Amino acid sequence: MFPMAIQKQAPWVGIVYQLMLPVALILWLFPLIGVAVTSVRPESDLAAGNYFGWPSRFAGFENYGAVFTQSPMGQFILNSFKITIPTVIGAVGLSCLSGFALATYKFKANLWLFFLFVAGNFVPFQILMVPVRQLSLNMNVYDSILGLVLFHTAFQTGFCTLFMRNFIKGLPFALIESARVEGVSEFRIFWHIVLPLMRPAIAALSVLIFTFVWNDYFWATVMVQGQHAMPVTAGLKALNGQYVAAWHLISAASIIAALPPVLMFFLMQRHFIAGLTLGATKG
Amino acid sequence: MSAIAAQPDAPLAASWWKRNQLQLAPWLFLAPGIFAFAVYVMIPIVQSVSLSFYEWDGLTPDAKWVGFGNYTELWTDPDFWTSLRNNVAWLVMYLLAVPAGLAVALFLNQNVTGIRVYKSLFFFPFVISQVVVGLMFRWFYAPNFGLLSGVIKTLTGSNIAILADDRYATYGIIAAGLWPQIAYCMILYLTGLNNINSEQVEAARMDGARGWKLLWNIILPQLAPATFIAVVVTVIGALRSFDLVSIMTKGGPYGSTRVLSYYMYEKALSEYGFRMGYGAAIAVVLFLIMMVFITYFILQMLRQERDA
Repeated sequence: MFPMAIQKQAPWVGIVYQLMLPVALILWLFPLIGVAVTSVRPESDLAAGNYFGWPSRFAGFENYGAVFTQSPMGQFILNSFKITIPTVIGAVGLSCLSGFALATYKFKANLWLFFLFVAGNFVPFQILMVPVRQLSLNMNVYDSILGLVLFHTAFQTGFCTLFMRNFIKGLPFALIESARVEGVSEFRIFWHIVLPLMRPAIAALSVLIFTFVWNDYFWATVMVQGQHAMPVTAGLKALNGQYVAAWHLISAASIIAALPPVLMFFLMQRHFIAGLTLGATKG
Repeated sequence: MSAIAAQPDAPLAASWWKRNQLQLAPWLFLAPGIFAFAVYVMIPIVQSVSLSFYEWDGLTPDAKWVGFGNYTELWTDPDFWTSLRNNVAWLVMYLLAVPAGLAVALFLNQNVTGIRVYKSLFFFPFVISQVVVGLMFRWFYAPNFGLLSGVIKTLTGSNIAILADDRYATYGIIAAGLWPQIAYCMILYLTGLNNINSEQVEAARMDGARGWKLLWNIILPQLAPATFIAVVVTVIGALRSFDLVSIMTKGGPYGSTRVLSYYMYEKALSEYGFRMGYGAAIAVVLFLIMMVFITYFILQMLRQERDA
């Protein structure tokens, strides 16, 4: 273990370490804590210049209530779910198929196709912006939830394929070989042998893609104009222009927007981290 | 191949499929993914490159061929050079997230009660949308009441509005971006540290290796895969930066915080005009810069594939 385990060092080191942990955490999360406290601060505090002191009273219910009743935040959250969930299903589904193909078959274009997916996943969004917007206009899905879902699904397929392919490569190939010898069809091998083993990878990708798509802001600004299809990130930006200096409301809205991916992360932590390491380091 | 040999008496009707199954199956599995990726990623790249040779407002049906006109205009456009310079600043400063992430990971790599909760709380900034991060830091930096300006005022006596001052604004945004990026690198290194060969570490300790020497000679080489991914995601993240610029300054003051990704958006799709061709040319420049890194990463991956 590196660095040396605290337990093997002098007792005072352990005590200092235990004291440093919470201090470091508070410093590290300071912006977040500040926003969380502001979100329960009454408006009168801000007017009186009490930005960083203890809130004079707890105003959480009225602030969070105001965000939902006086702004379309509820609609934005709903839109975000409507965009995110179909994308997760679509991209993970497509990449199960393509990842399986790239991991189990030897053919000339294999590595070449794999690297095409990898490279596509890393390109700047701006090189896609004008043509994708134009394509969506032509397909009549511009300024709609469907338009965002189709794009995100296709784009995230690159990353998902990279991940799935590496995951399936790590499975015992003998399993597939022996099924082939038995004369099991390729589709049945995929469905009955490989897919059940892919559950951890599917879970990891699902949480990760959920977070990526939920947090997308660029495509939301490029592909959506009206509130009816606006996800929470673009909605938050719009609210920010509307509530100038109403920091207590902006803070409450920010916390609401951040909550779903944070909960997702806490519930599925192990899977999430496995996904982030791109399946390269097994943990 | 053995599947075919194992079934010599398969009925004739099925035999064509049986014989060619291993050649056809990968393409059937790949077809939907390739189709989606081609329509939304590969073809648009080609279209953008071709569009960069035209002048087009996005509305009229006819685009006007201008050859390299957009590129020669970029060459003399001071805003383009400001954006490019800022991209370099982003890239260099963002890479600090890699050693910083390692430092945090080393700090947290202990077995004490509650450490798991600490690790996940330290990772928080990465899970939050950059829009929220941008809003948080704007508030943090706000003149008069922002906490950071308060600290600066007590230290230096002068009031500095970081995001309104073209000397500091870009660095203020980069600092906000570093926060989640350090968290990302930290988690990569924590996973790497978890998989370290402890026998080797103990053996090195027996030989008297301590501290920096141990870290440099024994630990870091074992962390190489984590470092590789950390560098990849950090470089890509730095060059993709858009959200924070858009939320925190909108490229201002006086365009001093623009980066190529934001400048492209501004030229092609904002109230400043609909110059699709010029925007596409900016995007192509950014794309070529990123291709240098992407090619390098892929060559590295190719080498790992060959070794495996």
